[in-house]
Amino acid sequence: MRGKIGFFRWFIGLFLLFLYGPAILLPVFAFNTSSIVSFPLSGFTTEWFSVLLTNGTLHVAARNSLLIAITTAIFSTLLAVLAARASTRFSFFGRRSIMGFVMLPMVLPEIIIGVSLLVVIIQMGFELSLWSITMGHILICTPFCIAILSSAFMNLDKSLEEASFDLGQTRWNTFWLVIFPLVMPGIIASLLIAFTISLDEFIIAFFLAGTEPTLPVYIWGQLRFPAKLPGLMALGTVLLLVSIGLLLIADFFRRRGIRKTGIENTGGFL
Amino acid sequence: MTQKIIRLSKLDKFYGEFQALSQINLDIQTGEFFSLLGPSGCGKTTLLRAIAGFETLSSGSLHIDGVSMDGVPANKRPTNMVFQSYAIFPHMSVAENIAYGLKARKLPKAEIKASVAEAINMVGLEGFDDRASHALSGGQRQRVALARALVLKPRVLLLDEPLSALDKKLREQMQSELRRLQRAVGITFVLVTHDQEEALTMSDRIAVMFDGKIEQVASPQILYGKPSNRKVAAFIGMMNFLDAKVLTTSGDNVEVEVQSLGKLTLPLAQATGGLNGCNSVGVRPEMLTILMGSQTSEREIEAEVTEVYYYGDMTYYDVKLPAKEDPITVTMRNTAGREVLEVGAKARVGWSTSSLLLLK
Repeated sequence: MRGKIGFFRWFIGLFLLFLYGPAILLPVFAFNTSSIVSFPLSGFTTEWFSVLLTNGTLHVAARNSLLIAITTAIFSTLLAVLAARASTRFSFFGRRSIMGFVMLPMVLPEIIIGVSLLVVIIQMGFELSLWSITMGHILICTPFCIAILSSAFMNLDKSLEEASFDLGQTRWNTFWLVIFPLVMPGIIASLLIAFTISLDEFIIAFFLAGTEPTLPVYIWGQLRFPAKLPGLMALGTVLLLVSIGLLLIADFFRRRGIRKTGIENTGGFL
Repeated sequence: MTQKIIRLSKLDKFYGEFQALSQINLDIQTGEFFSLLGPSGCGKTTLLRAIAGFETLSSGSLHIDGVSMDGVPANKRPTNMVFQSYAIFPHMSVAENIAYGLKARKLPKAEIKASVAEAINMVGLEGFDDRASHALSGGQRQRVALARALVLKPRVLLLDEPLSALDKKLREQMQSELRRLQRAVGITFVLVTHDQEEALTMSDRIAVMFDGKIEQVASPQILYGKPSNRKVAAFIGMMNFLDAKVLTTSGDNVEVEVQSLGKLTLPLAQATGGLNGCNSVGVRPEMLTILMGSQTSEREIEAEVTEVYYYGDMTYYDVKLPAKEDPITVTMRNTAGREVLEVGAKARVGWSTSSLLLLK
């Protein structure tokens, strides 16, 4: 019995180390004076972070990524709200197969989506731009958003809508006064998932980037120059902190939503 | 002449091939407490939802207050509903829930505030105005649901099994409270329930439903005392059945051959659903007596006690009659000096012809 528990402790310990160890190394080397990423550490510096502040190409890439991620999050969530609502509340011919096809991009290899989108966009005579990347990202993010929002809409008691209608409210107002506030935690989760997926998506962004790289594409390009490595470490550290911060903010809103509505806590990110 | 607030005529409801309601004809009077009673799946909730406007009719007509409800959506009907799950909006306070319908009507703020306060008083939730609705108990949620519907002063209040989620004690308390509330506001209540006791204690009239059809509409006393057929008799309270065969009729009397009891002459009025197709006689357990010592009765029959259920105030006996395989039930009040018989004891069961019902 004891031996078994000991084994599981080791297993969990190793698992967590494997998961988070590499990420913890990022800030360690970001503050190291040597431009060679190896132990022993040679000294403390914030030089690599100040390099980030003056790097114009990096700023453009970061701005592109943010623009794409925000647009993707909004549009995927919007589409997913409509799809989730339709699939959970109404039954119509071919609902299951339609939902199946909508969810397919979740398991489709991104490289296939990337290549096919590239071919189609070029063939149709469009220029590659931030819009083409955004379209690709909406395609792959929407299924995730639908998955999250479907469960949010499914948990909604149907009689709440009927009660609102019965009390004399219109269907349109019922959506905004009753349904929307109650699925709000799901919408926030959906926005966040789409934002993070889009932000670090590489393959589609790489194929459809044209002349405007996103942050992952920029980082990939910089990896060819060993001297740039510590700077990337610093960039990675910043991204890590931003991600954690975003998660905390999202979870705060999720918990607040749950407290306000008394819906059962079905587990979140933290 | 009392007025009819709801008129249903030749109402049918199909779900694909399945017929949920068939040829429903029903009038509900203004101001009465009316119950739709039946086992689950009998169509009573479908009927209630049809009145509310949540189900469209396959055929037939529905009038509320003399106005056809054909094509009138739920939010334009003079009805309000208390849902089985109460459907309290979880993100709103008690007062916000109650004000919801008034806000939909775009009434002035001061008027809404006054009405809400009045409704909160009516259901006894003083001081709960700002309470978050998810922090309420089952009974309190029920009161909010009632207040939220009644504050709109509907012509008809529809209640879908409103007490089924409460525990026994609270349920009994809410039963009398609902009754009191209905008398106070004078609004027509239509209640759906599968609990016959609930229907009997609360209603002015009851419609008993089976398989999408209404079997009988009557006051609780008539429903219990003079059920129109065997199905209704078995559903409302306990009833013993004996096989019977109609021999001849003469004037106001009918001669029947009854299992174990022999040849009898009964008044025609005791064939409550008409004589056609009658094949059994029903008798309530409390109409039978276990005779003690020198006690006598109009008629009596020898029987053997096969099971005894002692409830304190009452004792339920299963007794076997000669020439009848299944035992029948006799309930006795445990009055002073009455001894409780044991299994296997011989008993004299007293009965009278006036307590027998001839049923189909």
